[in-house]
Amino acid sequence: MTPDAARARSLMTRGVVLTVLALIGQAAVMLLAIQFTPVEARQGMAQKIFYVHVPAAVIALWVAVPLTAFAGLLYLWLHDPRLDRFAAASAEVATVLCGIVLATGPIWGKPIWGTWWTWDGRLTLTLFLFFLLLGYHTLRAAIRDPGDRARFSAVLGVMGLVLVPFIHLSVYLWRGLHPQPVVLKPSAPSLPPEMLRTLLSGFAVAFLLYVGFVTLRYGIQLARDAREAAHAG
Amino acid sequence: MPPADAPLVEARGLARRYGPVHALRGVDLDLHPGEVLLLLGPNGAGKSTLLRSLAGLLRPQAGSVMIAGRRLSGDDPDARRPIGLLSHQSLLYDELTLLENLVLAGRLYDLPDPRGRAETVLARQALLERKDDRPRQLSRGMQQRAAIARALMHDPILLLLDEPFTGLDAVAGDRLRALLGELRTAERAMVIVTHHASEAWDLATRVGVLVGGRWGFLGPRPADLAAFHLTYQEVARG
Amino acid sequence: MGRALRHALAIAGKDLRMELRTRTSLLSAAVFAALVLMVFNFARDPTAVATVDLAPSILWVTVTFASVVAMNRAFTVERENGAFDGLLLAPVSRESLYLGKYLANLAFVLIVEAITLPLFVLFFNLDLGGALPGLLLTLLLATIGFVAVGTVFSAMVAKTRFAELMLPILLLPFMVPPLIFAVKTTVPLFAGRPLSDVLPGLRFLALYDVAFVTLSVLLFSAVVDE
Repeated sequence: MTPDAARARSLMTRGVVLTVLALIGQAAVMLLAIQFTPVEARQGMAQKIFYVHVPAAVIALWVAVPLTAFAGLLYLWLHDPRLDRFAAASAEVATVLCGIVLATGPIWGKPIWGTWWTWDGRLTLTLFLFFLLLGYHTLRAAIRDPGDRARFSAVLGVMGLVLVPFIHLSVYLWRGLHPQPVVLKPSAPSLPPEMLRTLLSGFAVAFLLYVGFVTLRYGIQLARDAREAAHAG
Repeated sequence: MPPADAPLVEARGLARRYGPVHALRGVDLDLHPGEVLLLLGPNGAGKSTLLRSLAGLLRPQAGSVMIAGRRLSGDDPDARRPIGLLSHQSLLYDELTLLENLVLAGRLYDLPDPRGRAETVLARQALLERKDDRPRQLSRGMQQRAAIARALMHDPILLLLDEPFTGLDAVAGDRLRALLGELRTAERAMVIVTHHASEAWDLATRVGVLVGGRWGFLGPRPADLAAFHLTYQEVARG
Repeated sequence: MGRALRHALAIAGKDLRMELRTRTSLLSAAVFAALVLMVFNFARDPTAVATVDLAPSILWVTVTFASVVAMNRAFTVERENGAFDGLLLAPVSRESLYLGKYLANLAFVLIVEAITLPLFVLFFNLDLGGALPGLLLTLLLATIGFVAVGTVFSAMVAKTRFAELMLPILLLPFMVPPLIFAVKTTVPLFAGRPLSDVLPGLRFLALYDVAFVTLSVLLFSAVVDE
């Protein structure tokens, strides 16, 4: 087995382990949320989804997407294929996280607002991000040459990152509100300690999920590249 | 200003891969004015990649290319000025006339009188009366001559030719060979990529055989083509 | 600096000359715009929503889609006979190359808009009155921005198999903020409000333009240099 293939295997193993741990952690957080955290007065049980929804949104917007864009930018400077692999892996995870936000949003929203979807600032931004990421993956799939693919993805990533504040601005303008920070504020001005604890646990688990999943996806891509190199060489 | 006998082309350690495929694995090349390098090799050996790297169309992933003492890089457009490329594609726009195509090239190369130069070059290729025609209205041989005219607009001292004899009949091929013979001066260097050594054997002063991205052979052109065939078979087998 | 501009103008001029000869892209875009406007007309219920409230959205959506049609040609024409290599070989900076392509695209999209706007006024029976200067300014500012991004993206997708489909997929998210800013600016203008009332929207458009024109110029060489 070539060194790259061996490394890929070890990364995939590590990735799977971390992801499984994160999923177990996620279950634990849900348990924490349901059993050991007070029920929020106005929103009732539906609010519990907040502990999944919010961390996913924050990790997607503030960790996964920026890292994809910065890895791409570094690639344009250094031309190291590892950076491109990382950017792609991070983008895949960002897409999954956005999917989670978009799925849990309605679950949270229906009992509270009475509709499955609202053009709420946060949800709309996430929807945009989701489409940008889909465009990213579509572009990557449509280009055969690895060098072109890496460079084009990087350009799209950087442009996409700069677009995000403009989306934020335009969405809030559209809804007639003053731009507000999209950084998630809890629905109540200050959280009781148990809620805060559960929320922070949610963040930790979401971050672990990010790390584990990126490691796994990176390993898979490395394995694929190693296999192609073995065939060609 | 580099000294008179300095190489026109200095390529060092050129490497380039397309994903898993290594097209060039550390190629060096020095080319002096007056030299004509015949570049041979099996399919996929890296000939086109090398040529395009020398033209500045491909940025090497390792190594460097210097033309007339200036390093080829995206930041230095003027380093590309001495380079002319003739490929099997004409590089002409179908919706522009021959004259318009050439005048555009002239403007991009900052020539003082693009139109005058265009007419001169077209006349030399016996295409002046077709100057207001579009490329598609010309025969294949004429299109090739139009492509040559375009390539020569700025009088390049480094001429890179990528399989220029492809698709040409015997008459057109002879004509091209004669033209290249005229272009072979003490100031100009040429690299000719071809599949059939006989097409440009007499023009060449040096021969290089690329195999698997590396030089299998690089040296002065032997006198006898037939004898060289044996060398080539050995080398190409790797 | 002058040389860079001359190169850009030579390239833009070439694109304009070529397109004006065949007119395929311009005609396609114009016909597309007219069709979209017509469909919108049949798709709405005139008794339900006042035209003047819906009009800005219809205008901007039409302009958005027609522009994508117009920009598609920018780099597909370069693929014939490997002509783009000719541009890359020349001692022309990548920034000049971008500028040339950008100016040509800008001209095409503005032409399409110039055809769309009168049709729009005609089909929807609008009285623009004093809103026209403001509307034209908004149109110009919005166009400057998304054409900048579209020029970079059309260079990228020219190498893909489904270029005509890929360009809208990539570009539309980037057209939404200018579209929203433009609609937000146009609605008050149509309602007769003065230009001074809509300065915030215009400022956002200008900010978008500065950000994305700069970014596009900087990133273009990463796209075209292999």
